[in-house]
Amino acid sequence: MTLKLGVPSKGRLMEKTFDWFGAHGIDMGRAGSEREYSGAVDGIEGCDLVLLSAGEIPRELAAGRIHMGVTGSDLVREKLPVWDSQVTEMAAMGFGHADLVIAVPDHWVDVETLDDLDAACAAFRARHGFRLRIATKYHRLIRTYLRTHGVADYQLVDSQGATEGTVRNETAEAVADITSTGETLRANHLRMLSDGPVHRSQATLFQSLTAPWDDCALAAKEQIKARLDLLD
Amino acid sequence: MTAETQSLARAQLAEAARLRALFEARGALPVEAAILQPADLLLDLYGEDIRARAFTTQDPLRGERMLRPDFTVPVVQMHMAEGAAPARYCYAGPVFRRQEDDPDRATEYLQAGFEIFDATNPALSDAEVFATLAEALRPLQLRVATGDIGILIAAVRGLNTSDRRKAALLRHLWRPKRFRALLDRYGSAAQAKHRRKLLERADPFANAGPEIGLRSRAEVEARLDALRADAAEPPIAANEVELLDDLMALQEKAPAALNLLQDMAVDLPAISPAVQALERRLTALQDFGVDVESLDFEASYGRTSMEYYDGFVFGFYAEGRPDLPPVATGGRYDALTRVLGQGSSIPAVGGVIRPDLVLLLGGGT
Repeated sequence: MTLKLGVPSKGRLMEKTFDWFGAHGIDMGRAGSEREYSGAVDGIEGCDLVLLSAGEIPRELAAGRIHMGVTGSDLVREKLPVWDSQVTEMAAMGFGHADLVIAVPDHWVDVETLDDLDAACAAFRARHGFRLRIATKYHRLIRTYLRTHGVADYQLVDSQGATEGTVRNETAEAVADITSTGETLRANHLRMLSDGPVHRSQATLFQSLTAPWDDCALAAKEQIKARLDLLD
Repeated sequence: MTAETQSLARAQLAEAARLRALFEARGALPVEAAILQPADLLLDLYGEDIRARAFTTQDPLRGERMLRPDFTVPVVQMHMAEGAAPARYCYAGPVFRRQEDDPDRATEYLQAGFEIFDATNPALSDAEVFATLAEALRPLQLRVATGDIGILIAAVRGLNTSDRRKAALLRHLWRPKRFRALLDRYGSAAQAKHRRKLLERADPFANAGPEIGLRSRAEVEARLDALRADAAEPPIAANEVELLDDLMALQEKAPAALNLLQDMAVDLPAISPAVQALERRLTALQDFGVDVESLDFEASYGRTSMEYYDGFVFGFYAEGRPDLPPVATGGRYDALTRVLGQGSSIPAVGGVIRPDLVLLLGGGT
């Protein structure tokens, strides 16, 4: 069977992915019209391009429906339990940088570190009768991170967009979200904790450990690896 | 299901029923519990971590529900709602656990359990629950671990330091890493740089953003006051930290552990009542025919498990099978009855056995 390579289907992430492969002598592009979601790969025999939403690529890799795929390293860690048993990282691609951070209102001058956040959570719960709310869409990553660092008495509330606005709207007390420049956080009077990001994400080429790797798919992979200088 | 898994499932149900009958023979009343439990209570008790361990589902009318991760909470709730008189219960049925990190662990399995609510003689109740489970598991020759969270709690309460620091340490007794960090901080005169700078500022709110969100400026100021008070407090004496470290590292056969704890109680008198309780428990265990001489005691045992145990804790493990979860676990949870009792409370102890593991290890009948 042909090797199925999943790439983001639109926007800057798609363009940068095409540029990155192009710089390695692998030309890819959309087939037909601008609106048609199918693509082609030149220069690699037996490789099909699959255009997908970046958020679905982790799931498709884990299910083995695509052999390789480009998506953010944050999405793979968030969406796949025990992610490194399902996929492996082939190459960090050097674009799409974003940090997953925990941020609190800037006027919380007493909270700079996770240690402070934990103490604030305990006091908040005693005062308000419910656990301090952190708005995020990265539930798994944030819960694991806070558990590892022994933070208690918080709750995660789901926020799929405009997360930085939740504090002003009083639907959350703090947020955990992706930021590249910190601009949106500052504009909403939020400040990230000084412990550093929960995860530094970038666009990454993954390979699936569950896809059917027959001779044809393996041969195509070797060609891609040769172009990317990834041969062992 | 194949014929083979059908017959395995039947064997597990039969083993669960056999175990429950053993508990019933000790005077326990068989009880049932709903599989769908309200999520808010479990979240309140365990915090957000429970979401990684229990299945959450949405009921359009009743809100968030969880598939019961154990029987203890619903059984305690039932008991407390009915007036908290002395009673003993037994049960057998499936519990459900999410497994995010280990695909080989079961997400649904049976538990057979025995719980005693009785204030008359806690040492006797501890011993009876333990001895009943030990007897049921005897053919499997399991490794037994025991501990006593009550001694650790008493040791923290006995430190010469502020109530605020003791409360912070007790809150993290079940998170050894954070407990360690707190103890190191309280044991040192040095302040973290960021904190020292914050407290030295004439106006800590200079250049800070506007007040947004539910946590008010007054709450921030209250914490700053707490930090100032903490900075003015002397560090916990080095010998006290050392004593607590020795206590937490204690790992001995039960009689030797008791001797060492009695020695420690000379310097740390606050633990004396808890150490005397341990002594009474060991005597009661002996009366129940438990070989106390060879019983292992680990002072920190149970610190990383579910955080409702606050006294005696125990677990039974298959020797040479570190891949398996414990075959049986249990302990005392007096504080949980207080949390769920809305004003009343009663000393309580219980334990559960996993029939699937009993069969896997060649036990049962």
